[in-house]
Amino acid sequence: MSDWMMLTLVGADRPGIVSRVTRALCGVGCNLGEASMLRLGGNFTIMMMVATERPESALREALAPVAETLGLRLHIDTVNGDLHQHLLPNVQVRVSGADRTGIVADVTEALAEQGFHILELESDVAGDSASPLYIMNIQGYSECSLETLTGALAGLDRRGVSVEVAPIDVMIG
Amino acid sequence: MAILDILKLPDPRLKQVSTPVEHFDAALRDFVADLEETRQDGPAAVGIAAPQVGHFERIVIVDCSSRPKTPNHGNLVLINPEIVHWEGYAMGREGCLSVPDYTGNVIRATQIRLRAQDPEGVVHEYEMEGYEARAVQHEIDHLDGMLFVDRVVSRRTDLYRRKTYAKKKSPKSAA
Repeated sequence: MSDWMMLTLVGADRPGIVSRVTRALCGVGCNLGEASMLRLGGNFTIMMMVATERPESALREALAPVAETLGLRLHIDTVNGDLHQHLLPNVQVRVSGADRTGIVADVTEALAEQGFHILELESDVAGDSASPLYIMNIQGYSECSLETLTGALAGLDRRGVSVEVAPIDVMIG
Repeated sequence: MAILDILKLPDPRLKQVSTPVEHFDAALRDFVADLEETRQDGPAAVGIAAPQVGHFERIVIVDCSSRPKTPNHGNLVLINPEIVHWEGYAMGREGCLSVPDYTGNVIRATQIRLRAQDPEGVVHEYEMEGYEARAVQHEIDHLDGMLFVDRVVSRRTDLYRRKTYAKKKSPKSAA
């Protein structure tokens, strides 16, 4: 069934966004699935899977007053559910370095050349405005050995970016 | 021998505290054989606890021997297990037969000393570390009605290791 929609909501961060958005969705009978809700800079960002038999217009109508009050931008896409069949990450790549343009492109290009499948990527700009530090944490799936991946990323170390490749060991019990 | 049904969340029985084993008899050994068969039937589980199959006695099986480069004590049937000492902690990713298609990061002790009886009732002590110690802590939690989802720190990331922070510049404006 593809009765899933991906809702994207972005606005200035403030308390109460999640409760008001989800209450409005609940009010029109939406069932929430997987979601990522995260503060990025001064913004609060929501990407959320919503299952519903109602048309997109019904969701927009239900969310309009909340979005208006909280200053949220809303975007809706129809998507496939594809739940319960997640590919598990087996490799973690931690990156940090003095912030400059191109770190993400350099790292992910090197990984992509090895067929690395990125499942999650988070990044932060730490430090202070005088010397910002870029920190990125990637989790993904790869059939390459750690040595191969480390080798593929070796050039970055020479350019002042610290890269560490580690296995993600899942203990199932 | 039989493959037993695995209880899955949100089954409330998984929250039940199991009672100590008192009789080390043939019935116990039969149950342990079924529990082991059930563990092996599932997706690559290194451990299983009796309450996961609806049997509320303090019995777990842990076997990390199939993993390369993992210090382990082989196939262990642990009856009335008790952690008597622990040290260190580390974050690691766990999953569970009772919580399909979900993994999360959990903090566990890195080294433990474990006291447990075998199926004959004989008491043993084990020094364990790393992955095997993690597996034992996960399984003993089941005996206390605790699941790893109750301990997940972060679904997505682990603790960022401070030592990897780059120290690029010498301070420009030293006080």
